[in-house]
Amino acid sequence: MRKLGAALLTGALCLSGCSAGSLGSSDDAAAGKTQITFLTNNDPSNVKVAEAVIAAFEAKNTDVDVKLDTRPQGGEGDNLVKTRLATGDMADVFEYNSGSLLQAIAPQTNLAPVTGEAWVGDLDPVFKQVVTANNEVYGSPWGPAVGGGIFYNKPLYTKLGLQVPKTWADFMSNNAKIKAAGVAPVQQTYSETWTSQVIVLADFHNVAAADPSFAENYTNNKAKYATTPAAQAGFQHLEELEKAGYWNSDYASAKYNDGLAAVATGKAGHYPMITFGVPALDTAAPDNVNDVGFFALPGTDAGKNGVTLWEPSGIYIPKSTEGDKLAAAKKFQAFVASPDGCTAYGSAAPLGGPFVVESCTLPADVAPAVKDLSAYVEAGQASPALEFLSPIKGPALEQITVEVGSGIRSAADAAKLYDEDVKKQAQQLGIQGW
Amino acid sequence: MSTRKSPYPYWFLVPGGLVFTVFFLVPSVMAFWFSLTRWTLFDQEFIGLDNYLQFFREPALSSGLWHTLVYATVTSGLKVILGMALAVLLTGPILGRGFMRSVAFFPVLVSTIGVGLTFQVLMHPTEGVINQLLSWVGITGPAWLVDPDWALLSVAFVDVWQGVGLATVIYMAGILSIPGEYFEAARVDGASAWHRFRNITLPLAKPATVSVILLSLIGGLRKFDLIWAMTKGGPGFTSDVMASVIYKQYQAGFYGLSTAGNVVLFLLVIVIALPLFWFFNRKDETA
Repeated sequence: MRKLGAALLTGALCLSGCSAGSLGSSDDAAAGKTQITFLTNNDPSNVKVAEAVIAAFEAKNTDVDVKLDTRPQGGEGDNLVKTRLATGDMADVFEYNSGSLLQAIAPQTNLAPVTGEAWVGDLDPVFKQVVTANNEVYGSPWGPAVGGGIFYNKPLYTKLGLQVPKTWADFMSNNAKIKAAGVAPVQQTYSETWTSQVIVLADFHNVAAADPSFAENYTNNKAKYATTPAAQAGFQHLEELEKAGYWNSDYASAKYNDGLAAVATGKAGHYPMITFGVPALDTAAPDNVNDVGFFALPGTDAGKNGVTLWEPSGIYIPKSTEGDKLAAAKKFQAFVASPDGCTAYGSAAPLGGPFVVESCTLPADVAPAVKDLSAYVEAGQASPALEFLSPIKGPALEQITVEVGSGIRSAADAAKLYDEDVKKQAQQLGIQGW
Repeated sequence: MSTRKSPYPYWFLVPGGLVFTVFFLVPSVMAFWFSLTRWTLFDQEFIGLDNYLQFFREPALSSGLWHTLVYATVTSGLKVILGMALAVLLTGPILGRGFMRSVAFFPVLVSTIGVGLTFQVLMHPTEGVINQLLSWVGITGPAWLVDPDWALLSVAFVDVWQGVGLATVIYMAGILSIPGEYFEAARVDGASAWHRFRNITLPLAKPATVSVILLSLIGGLRKFDLIWAMTKGGPGFTSDVMASVIYKQYQAGFYGLSTAGNVVLFLLVIVIALPLFWFFNRKDETA
């Protein structure tokens, strides 16, 4: 039975592999170029960026033809990437998350290590760490790092004479004033559930400031959200805001773009978000991009105020890429990590944060929210998000935070439930001590 | 039965047997095997019954199990009642009967995802057509899909709208197969319309009722596409059913765990559907 299964599987693989290969070679013969396929997510602004980077790359490397292929975002995209890797059918070069999600696609088994490449030395050390597994580097950075915190409407702050808050108490008193002025203090957009996690995830700088060993203890099954007050604070914040009635009235049905438009046009005072929202602001509210500022999620201690950073996703090469295609894919991967690559990236869409390639610089005309973020980073008031320090992130967090934000579940109960979710993920990854 | 000899030589059974083995037997056996492993697609580790224990400890599951039963019962019950009512209407003497029958069946033919996304727009709490119509007659409609108390029922209503056409067709076939003489005889005896329905149509259309209940119940227990298109199990976990809980485990990469979930769902359908099937058939024989 096993033999039969194996024979069938190889048969199927050859079927798909052979046909793809023969198609590719006939194209090569026609154009006299090496053709490679680049797979990235189908977010419209990301596709625009990908097209610009490919165009700049092809202008410099006339012997390579890069074909763009897209995949869905989120969990569906994760599944597609995993399935294509498992069946040996992955694109020649592809974009995928760094950090904990990279560990979940088993880089040692599936990806080509690129530790010895020249561009690796030019990487920001934190980024290098999140594309590394077992001392091998696997990816180059796809775009800038971004920060998690709160978008705020600058004209509204000026009108009401508010200061950027450094503690949660200051933030809540700002909210009270905004509410008194007849504006929704905090925007939530639960129609797209992932947006509900930002308050919890972006609070991690504060968790790390209160307990620097949390990430390590959390990974080793020693620290829990339910029993670490600093970690549970994110859930408490959600509950507190919901109980105070500070959400926009349509929080349950609003979408991500509605949220960006609301904070840009002053329909809402704040929108907890990650600065990768800045490029999307350009389509959600093109006339108001400069009205949006950014500050770190406030914690208890004004002296330790700082921002939680998300490293960019990576550009990886699967082990199934070979020969000329491998050489071309490596060129593409290196181009993305070069100043020319950064420039091409920034030319297509507004940037959401600072680059993680040392030789790349941020253009002067970036959005105010990005300047606010860069100020934190330059002052050293920044920590990587938990998902870059620990391989474990529970998959149900976004449903749990929707429940807390909608008043269905209490913060304490949510923290307990999330601990269970984390445990499941840790066991799946086969981490010691779970 | 067991002594009956096959009318075919063995080699004649090979093509069918091969298809059955490769596409049905092997995957089923593999599914049971993988449900006992921690499986990442890249490698697997045998962990015994841990997946099943984990699945039953899953907090979303206990509520998901309950939601599944509610959903299956509500959709199945409404399809029986509405399907019967529509079938009586559409087998009656009405204008444009053929056209009306097609209209009733039309939603069955539309893509479920399309239906789900359309109703997501129609059921929007403030901008949706449904609540705007309700507000004209002075009713403040619920928030439908985003209200934790209404989400599951909202999806169930749409399911009924989409699926009732099939129930209607089955009932129509059942009603049309009842000999007209029974109705004539009853009319001569002075039976009212209600009596004719209660004592002739309802009992004689029982095979149709059995089919509708079984089909819609099994369909409701394993419903996924409509729920996923409309709420993704949300808000939070309030419209999560077995199938969506299982899908989320797949999405998160818990392949062994979700395979175990599928085995549990399979057993659940059998545990509910099989006794019903026996119950209905037994009654049939004694009648």
